[in-house]
Parts: sequence; structure tokens; C-alpha cells
Amino acid sequence: MQRYILTRVIQAIITLLILSLAVFLSVHLTGNTADYLLGPETTEADYEQLKKNFGLDRPLIVQYADFLTDIARLDFGTSFLKGRPARDILMSRLPATLQLAGAAFALSVIVGVPLGILSAVKRDGFLDNFGKLFAIMGIATPNFWIAIMLIMLFGAILGWLPTFGRGGIEHFVLPAFVLGWSAMAGMVRLGRSSMLEVLDSEYVKFARVKGLSEKLVVWKHALKNAVIPLLTFSGLTLAGLLNGSVAVEVVFAWPGIGQLMLQGIQTRDFAIVQATVLAAGFFYIVTALLVDILYAYVNPRIRYD
Amino acid sequence: MASTLTAANRPMTRLRVFLGATQRGRLPLIPLAVMSVLLICALFAPLISPHDPTQIGMSKARLAPFENLTYPLGTDVMGRDMLSRLIYGARTGVFISLVALGTGAFVGTVLGLVAGFRGGWLDNLIMRAADAALGFPTVLVAMIIVTLLGAGIENIILAVALTVWARFSRMIRGDVLSIKELDFVTFAKIAGLSTPMIIMRHVFPNTINTLLVITSLQIGQVILLEASLSFLGLGLPPGDPAWGIMVSEGRTVLLQVWWLSLLPGVAITIVVLAFNFFGDWMRDTLDPKLRRI
Repeated sequence: MQRYILTRVIQAIITLLILSLAVFLSVHLTGNTADYLLGPETTEADYEQLKKNFGLDRPLIVQYADFLTDIARLDFGTSFLKGRPARDILMSRLPATLQLAGAAFALSVIVGVPLGILSAVKRDGFLDNFGKLFAIMGIATPNFWIAIMLIMLFGAILGWLPTFGRGGIEHFVLPAFVLGWSAMAGMVRLGRSSMLEVLDSEYVKFARVKGLSEKLVVWKHALKNAVIPLLTFSGLTLAGLLNGSVAVEVVFAWPGIGQLMLQGIQTRDFAIVQATVLAAGFFYIVTALLVDILYAYVNPRIRYD
Repeated sequence: MASTLTAANRPMTRLRVFLGATQRGRLPLIPLAVMSVLLICALFAPLISPHDPTQIGMSKARLAPFENLTYPLGTDVMGRDMLSRLIYGARTGVFISLVALGTGAFVGTVLGLVAGFRGGWLDNLIMRAADAALGFPTVLVAMIIVTLLGAGIENIILAVALTVWARFSRMIRGDVLSIKELDFVTFAKIAGLSTPMIIMRHVFPNTINTLLVITSLQIGQVILLEASLSFLGLGLPPGDPAWGIMVSEGRTVLLQVWWLSLLPGVAITIVVLAFNFFGDWMRDTLDPKLRRI
């Protein structure tokens, strides 16, 4: 178990390092900060002086080490456009993204899991067919498009729900549904197949032969085991949602880090790009790590592999 | 008694077996039709499309679908023909997706073959790299690449390929691990064939099923990814006919020019649905052991 956790932690650290290296290089190769700050009329001497001031004349590896110490202290540099530390801007945007991802996640669990389980219990019934359609569409429709269509329907035509920005509960409905739909679809599919498999297993047959009521068989004996795969999946979903929100945040003008990331790229504001990409990657990798460890606790087969 | 029973049953069983077999082998006709239309649009876009997809004309702007039959699906705010733009959009989408997926599949397969066949540190290295690649969400990778190299078709292709290869490597490697233990590989070794030759001639052909299945399951996802990146403005320059860009162009004029966002989105959904159904069918037909993915 400890060995497993250790390997996973080391793996996560390596992935984080690759991420940091990619970000470091992207900032370095795309534009020398010196080129960016100086006008065309500057002399060679000015250029060298500026490079020195920014530490750009040192070997890349030294600069990378510096970069790592900086991000360890959460210092991502200052935003060109806003003149504030990128960290402050990131922190001010983070709650919005976390709330939206949390809401989408909650929705996908509350709707997706029961729908999947019930689909399996009442196989080929109305709910099962509805669940199938719901899942198939959730995986095939582009979320940015669904977002726009729902804005058109519920916002502009019916006027039932607010369509942009953050606010009360009603502001969450559309973005959380759009962001969560593909996750819900995954939950429905996995929940259904996992429950079907368990219902077909020997111990469930035995419980039935024993004469237990159908209710007890399904909701006590079968459910417990059917939920395990959903647990891992839900963790990965949460990690994915944190990052899948770029398009959704853009369409709903949701002031989160996804929108910030895109703005940073469009305006070539490197401090912002650094901060948001590193933060998003960090959340994804750490969540995936925690899920794997949690899963190892729940499922002994992995621990001893 | 027993024999009469089986005799009486036999026609029924046969019928059932036959029906079962045809059901399993039934071709997914609708997805295939959609895919053919898409492919024809992509290949022959200049011949099929009734107008130039980039031709602007203010006098014919904002025609609704079916309002004027010269422009059957209407025109956008700049007067460009929607149908032509959709057809050219199919071309863009198919081109980017196929090249990206092809690159990813090629690199992933080669690395998977090498990792599985050689084993040892090389295997470890490739698989850890695959873990890392799967550890990043695709949109994030695309964002990093666009910051690194700027927006553009080749960068979208690179972004998609970088995230897709690892799935191929993993599955192919798994196949190779079992194939290389089989007798014909041992015989080939004894016969003195070089390692690249054994991999190419004897191992690779046995992984083609897996390769086809993963490819067909991934196409839909790649098309969606390409559309999202175009939508976010990370791919083609604005104004070019791509479905993602068209959806984005319609955003600001949703109520007046509703068809602008609606139609390309419908096109994306239908195409992705078709590929997903086709992928499921390929998986069920070619590789029953992959059924649970």
C-alpha cells in the first residue's frame, strides 16, 4: 500500500515537473520578454541591459530553477495588462471556477448515478431508454453549442433564467448543467453497466435464492458493489470539470480561471497564462492522485498489484 | 424421445442462431450514410457547394433558411452562403481531425509496439510518458501549445496528436505483450529475422483490430475537440469556414440570426453521433474483449 502510494506520488510529481517545464518553455520560446518590452528604436546595449535586468542572459537551466522557486512561492509574475500580481488575479477568479465545477459535479452525481442504477434495475424500461438517449446526446453534443442554445431558449425566448455572470442560485442552473452533462452521461453509462454486471453476479443470485426480497437484494447487496467504479470515475470527472470549463465560462461570461486563461492567451499576457495553466494542471494532477489513493483504500485488488 | 425433441427444436434454433448472427453483423446504415455524406462534402467541397463560402454581399445578408432558394440554408450576417460554409466546414473538420488522429495513431502505435516488444527501461519510459500525456486535460495541452506556437491549424493538429497518442500506445502495448509470447514470434526469432522485421511482419498485423477500434472510437472525440478549439479562436483565423468558428460567429446575433449558431452545432452533433455509433459497432464486431471501454 505504502509502496503504491509512493509510486503514485512520484508519478504525480514528475507530471507536475513536465507541466512546469512546458509552461516555462512556452513562455520562453514564444517571445523573449526583452523583445516584447522594447520598441524598435532601442540599441543593442539597451537590449543587453534589459536582458540582464530580467535575468534572461543566464543559462536556461538556471532560469528554470528560478522559475520553479518562484512558482513554489506562488509568484507568477505581474500581469502586463492589469499591472497586478498574477497570483492575486488568479485567487480572485478561483472561487468562481471551483463553485461552478462543484455545482456541475454535484448535479452529475445527483442525477447521473441514480439514473444509471435505475436504468439497470428496470432494464429496457422507459427510464432506461431515456437514460440511453440522455447519455448518447451528452457525449456527442459540443458543450459550447448547447450552452448557446440554452441561452437562446431559457434566457432570450422564455426569459426564465439569467444567462451570464455570477449571482444567486439561478445563475448556476444553465452553466452547471452544460458543464455537467457529459459527466452525467458518463455516470449514467458506467452506473448502468456496473449495476448490470453486479446484478448478474453469483452472490446476488445467491441472495435471491436465499429468498431475500428484491428490494433488499438490489438496494443493499448489489448497490454497494456497483458504486465502487463510480467512485473512481467521479473523482476523475471532478478533475476534468475543473478544466473542461473554459468554453462554458467563456459562453456564460463566468468570471473563472478558464475565461482568464483564454484572455491571457489572446492578449499574450504571459504571467496570467502561467498562473492559470499551472493552477489548472495542478488541480487536475492532485485530484487524480487523491482519487487513485482513495480507490486503493476501497479496492484491495489494486493495493497488492 | 430426446432425439425427436432436438429434431423438432432444430429449425427454431437454427433460425435463432441465424437471426442472432445477422443482428450482430448488422451494418450501422445510418452512421455509414452520415459518414459518406461527410466524406463526399470534404473531398468535393469546391464542386458541391453552390457558392463561394467566403464571398461577402451585404444585399443578401441575413437570409433565413428556405427564404430564398438560391441560398437554401440562408446566409450569415455578412451575406455568406450557409450551406457552402457548412460544406467547407466539413472539409476543414475532416482534414484536421484525420491528420491529427492519423499522426497520433502512427506515433502511438510505433511507440506501443516498441514498448511492448522491447520491454525494460524503454517500455518504462514510454509508458510513464503516456501516463503524463493522459494526465493532462486536452484543452489545457492545446492552450499550452497555442501559447507556445501561436494559433493555427498545424498547432491544433499537434495538440490533438499529443493527447491522443498515449491511448494508442497503451492499448497496442497490451496487445503486443500477449502476442510476443506466441509461437510464431518465437519461430520468427529462430528463423533469424531482425527485430524490426518481426515487429512489422508478424506483430503489427495482429494489432490492427485494436488499432481500428480505438481509431473509430476516438474520431468523434477528436472532432468535438477540434470544434471547441476553433470555437475558442485557437485554430483557424476568424472568418474561415469551420463549424466551431461558425457557432461562435452566431453568438452575438442569437435572436435575429438564430440559424447561424444552430446549424453548425447540429452538424457537429450528427457527425459525432454517427462516428460514436460506428465506433461502438466496430468495437462489438472486431474486438469483443474491448466491449467494456
